[in-house]
Amino acid sequence: MKTTGEWLEKEIGPRISDQLDIGGIDRRSFIKFAASMTVAMGLPVGMSGRVMAAIEEESARPAVIWLHFQECTGCTESLLRSTHPTLETLILDMVSLDYSETLLAGAGHQAEAALHESMERNDGRFILVVEGSVPTADNGNFCKVAGQTPQQMLHKIAPHAVAAIAIGSCASWGGVQSAAPNPTGAVGLAKALEIEGITKTDGSALPVINLPGCPASPYNFLSTVLYYLTLKQLPALDAKGRPQFAYGRLIHENCERRPHYDAGRFAQEYGDEGHRKGYCLYKLGCKGPETFANCPAIEFGDVGGNTWPVGIGHPCFGCSEQGVGFHKALHEQADVTSVTPPSMFPGIFAEHGGGISAGSAALAGAVAGGATVYALGAYDKLRRAEKAEATEASQQD
Amino acid sequence: MSERFRPIGGRLLTPHFYFLGLLLLIAAWFIAKRFIFGIGAVSNLSDGFPWGIWITYDVVTGTAIACGGYAMALMVYVFNRGQFHPMIRAALLTSVFGYTLAGASIIVDVGRWWQLYNVFLPQYMNLNSVMLEVALCVTLYTVVLWIEFSPTILEAMQAKRWLRNLRHFLFIAIGLGILLPTMHQSSLGSLLIIAGDKVHPLWQTNIIPLLFLLTAITMGYAIVVFESLYASVNLRRPLETPLLSKISAVIPWLLIVYLVLRIGESVISGDILFLFRGGSEPLLFMLEVALFVYVIRNLRDEKQRVRPTVLFWTSLAVLLGGALYRFDAFMIAFDPGPGWHYFPAVGEMMITIGIVAFEIMAYLFFVKMTPVMMVGLGESGSAVGLSGASSGKRPTATASDRLSGQTRGEGGFPPRAVTSA
Amino acid sequence: MSIDRRNFLKGLAVGAVSLGAGSVMGPAVARPAKELAPGAVGILYDATQCIGCKACEVACKEVNDLPPVENPALGQAYGVEGVWDAGDDLNSRTMNKIKAYPGLQAVEASRADAVLAEPTVGGPKADAVSFVKRACMHCVDPDCVSACPVSALTKNPITGIVQYNPDACIGCRYCQVACPFNIPKFEFDKTFPKIVKCQMCTDLVEAGGIPACCEACPTGASLFGPVAELREEGHRRLAAEPGSRIEYPIHSLDRDDTKVATVAQYTPRIYGETETGGTQYMLMADVPFEELGLPKLSDQSRARLSETIQHTLYDGMVAPALLLGGLVFAAYRNTRDERARADNEMGDEPDAGASTAKAKQPKAQAQSKEGRRL
Repeated sequence: MKTTGEWLEKEIGPRISDQLDIGGIDRRSFIKFAASMTVAMGLPVGMSGRVMAAIEEESARPAVIWLHFQECTGCTESLLRSTHPTLETLILDMVSLDYSETLLAGAGHQAEAALHESMERNDGRFILVVEGSVPTADNGNFCKVAGQTPQQMLHKIAPHAVAAIAIGSCASWGGVQSAAPNPTGAVGLAKALEIEGITKTDGSALPVINLPGCPASPYNFLSTVLYYLTLKQLPALDAKGRPQFAYGRLIHENCERRPHYDAGRFAQEYGDEGHRKGYCLYKLGCKGPETFANCPAIEFGDVGGNTWPVGIGHPCFGCSEQGVGFHKALHEQADVTSVTPPSMFPGIFAEHGGGISAGSAALAGAVAGGATVYALGAYDKLRRAEKAEATEASQQD
Repeated sequence: MSERFRPIGGRLLTPHFYFLGLLLLIAAWFIAKRFIFGIGAVSNLSDGFPWGIWITYDVVTGTAIACGGYAMALMVYVFNRGQFHPMIRAALLTSVFGYTLAGASIIVDVGRWWQLYNVFLPQYMNLNSVMLEVALCVTLYTVVLWIEFSPTILEAMQAKRWLRNLRHFLFIAIGLGILLPTMHQSSLGSLLIIAGDKVHPLWQTNIIPLLFLLTAITMGYAIVVFESLYASVNLRRPLETPLLSKISAVIPWLLIVYLVLRIGESVISGDILFLFRGGSEPLLFMLEVALFVYVIRNLRDEKQRVRPTVLFWTSLAVLLGGALYRFDAFMIAFDPGPGWHYFPAVGEMMITIGIVAFEIMAYLFFVKMTPVMMVGLGESGSAVGLSGASSGKRPTATASDRLSGQTRGEGGFPPRAVTSA
Repeated sequence: MSIDRRNFLKGLAVGAVSLGAGSVMGPAVARPAKELAPGAVGILYDATQCIGCKACEVACKEVNDLPPVENPALGQAYGVEGVWDAGDDLNSRTMNKIKAYPGLQAVEASRADAVLAEPTVGGPKADAVSFVKRACMHCVDPDCVSACPVSALTKNPITGIVQYNPDACIGCRYCQVACPFNIPKFEFDKTFPKIVKCQMCTDLVEAGGIPACCEACPTGASLFGPVAELREEGHRRLAAEPGSRIEYPIHSLDRDDTKVATVAQYTPRIYGETETGGTQYMLMADVPFEELGLPKLSDQSRARLSETIQHTLYDGMVAPALLLGGLVFAAYRNTRDERARADNEMGDEPDAGASTAKAKQPKAQAQSKEGRRL
């Protein structure tokens, strides 16, 4: 994986720190933001200085080409409509968004020209962000931008990117379009690259970071980018290509309703007593036990006050999990793939007390010893009696 | 008027008697603790090992050791070996206390002792239960034993009319006194059949009742020999070597039958292959067999059999071997599954030790205060057994007599009346 | 000596024949195996559906009014006292226990990879994870019921539930020795202890309800119903294609509550269908049953063997009665002298008196006479 920062060195735009005042953000808020993002990335708090520096570093503005395939633009929208718009704006300013069908001011040939211009200028250095799935049926004719199918666009653009981010469940593994019967043959970005055999120009595989979710949590996108900027490498990914800092744990593991699950208290139906009391939603079909995401930790929608699906009494839908969201029915019970905390489950064979102790061993030893001494003593007396008897017998004989 | 039983007299309250009393007091403290705080407070008994040393020793082994009365009754009354009659009271004495205290320790062991009488209530009886058979049999036999033993007490009380009436009906008690142990000593083995795989295959067998019965009878003869030697060593009783020798002559045959049955059965069933598996069980099995083989070898030899030391070690080996068999089957080779452990706790052992101490104290009391021992065994040749038993050999009286002076170097009864418990 | 030997072997042969008869004849006249009670109800536990939520444990504790279990280690660590699920095994305060295979270390280790593993299709794996719910098996032919001397444990003639009557129990704990599953627990820590075991919420069932554990189970892993129908249900699951999705009833067979779930690669039989003569609590899993601590057992209960041997020996008390007759006769014949002497002694006062006189002064007389002393 190409992780060196050489491609970052180019002067792209104004320093971010100069824009703080323009954006109406004081220094204090900015430091707080940097610190919280550091934690979100799973980095030590002490590294927030480095994160801040990365944000402020003017040369740290990679070019981004943002493609929309089969999607609803919900990921872009949620990114823009987060409750800290100013900061998000800054972050968008932080990257050089050279091409985005949604956000680009220009249109038509002008936009296409910007795309070509950026690709040429940042060849092998830009980040490709893909939103939406790739239709594989009918040569991808279901989705065309500027007369090109997603496949054609990927063939043209992807080999020149340094890395790709698949934002949202559609780009990650097909999302809602891939739900049965999947008329368009929708697949995620990684799968599409594999089918089309697209690699980087040098023949190496194009790294793809999946940020599933419907929509993807904007913070996970921001954290991923910042991670890249700070450490100049991709974050650690799990087997499904998701950043571990965001998707390392099941929703079930950090869920605020987990104690109810552990105590066997379940809402049996919507609106019943258990539901009103905030019991576990497992029986209503909560997919938390098989869905990996950090929703319970950072919540969703940035409103605070426990606003995320499970928090407001709706079972997790499993939007960010392959084969769960859009594939399983809402009410269907989840497969509990992993069990925590394990220390509360005894093994099959429990250890019990009742073994030997020093005192009982000593007592048993004393009894055995006493008996032996006694037996030997008795034997001695009998032996002497026997001998005397024998002597006497021989004397008489 | 050939036989006379006499109290042997002597000082009862010797230092050793006090020591036994101390053990009894310690046991009493633990027993009180058990009844106030529950069984778990003094024992290591668990749900995996619900039966520990109380059942294994006090009941299963204790009553087997107390089979002296049964074994001797079998010999005297069924096989009409009248020459052993002199030994019957001492044998009955060990039996009566062995069984009575086994019953007493049951009260300590069972959890709901205040309902023990349910065993006798017809509406509760479960006729499928081996335990019910054991419980009823042991209880009844304990009563029978007291009846069998009562002439001794009545004689001491000089209640002659009672004595005479009793003598006329004693044969019924004697008959019962043989039937009941035959039933429950075998059933003590049958108790384990239902435990199935928890008992190691080298011990778990369908003929376990027969094996338990055989070893119980053998242990009965061994305890008679051992008890007589104990009396000789500690109570300055004359050696009864010829009689003991004759009793011991029976032991190897019983053991041979036992070993043939046990090993034969495990060969037929294939369980013998477990001898070649790991663990301590094969070693314990070998140890049991080795003890019995040692006994068979020595007691089959007529020259060895007349030596008191050989009688001492062989009787001890039979008792140890029989006890080990029971300990193995009930405790050591009993495995309720992974994670369960058992070794008797201090309090648990102290209660058992206290019960044994009480048994010895009671034995000493009765031997010294009531007519248990036969007098005149050697002095006049009037005792039934001796004249025949000497079998050409010169009476050993003089030799032993002289010897006692040599070894002891002290006259009189009391000083070393009880050398050790 | 030869006389003794001969006589003894003779006597021994008699005993051996009468006793040995039982073991030899046993199989021929074995007590018939017990049949399922007419209205036998049971629980089918499907480990592949269990999510380890312990709802059944909580419900069991609530319904049976069982106190929490003390856990000193947890208490020290978190300041909690009486943690309801902290016991690591069935005990006298826990009739129902969820355990995890392969134990906690392995579960922790496999957690990171759990999501990578394909759904459990393809047979039991070395790294398989499973729960198991341990409780009374309610055997069709229970060893504990056979063992109990005072009928404190009985099998309900209609529902087949193994019930406990503390008023009868003497606390001998033979049921614990007999039970192949180590189910009955005893209150070793109480002054007035009882045996504690699952009684399948007899009161609830008789009132038309279902056991608390099945009522609480959200997934149908614990499913209540008539035993015969539960066996059918189990075989339906075994017959289903692994990986396919089928309906699973929840709570009780006669309710509408169902769910759809993926069929696992089951260990291809129902534990408890034949074990120890069949049990009314049955288990299914996708790991071998031995791994879940369920012992390999014969199709016949030990109770059947034990009762066969015992009843052969004591059939109608005929053998003991005959033996007693012989023994009493022998004793009568061989105590003739003693009885005669007893009569003599009554008539022969001086002699008897002398004997007691001697008894009273052993030192003076006996000591001088008893020569052979050690």
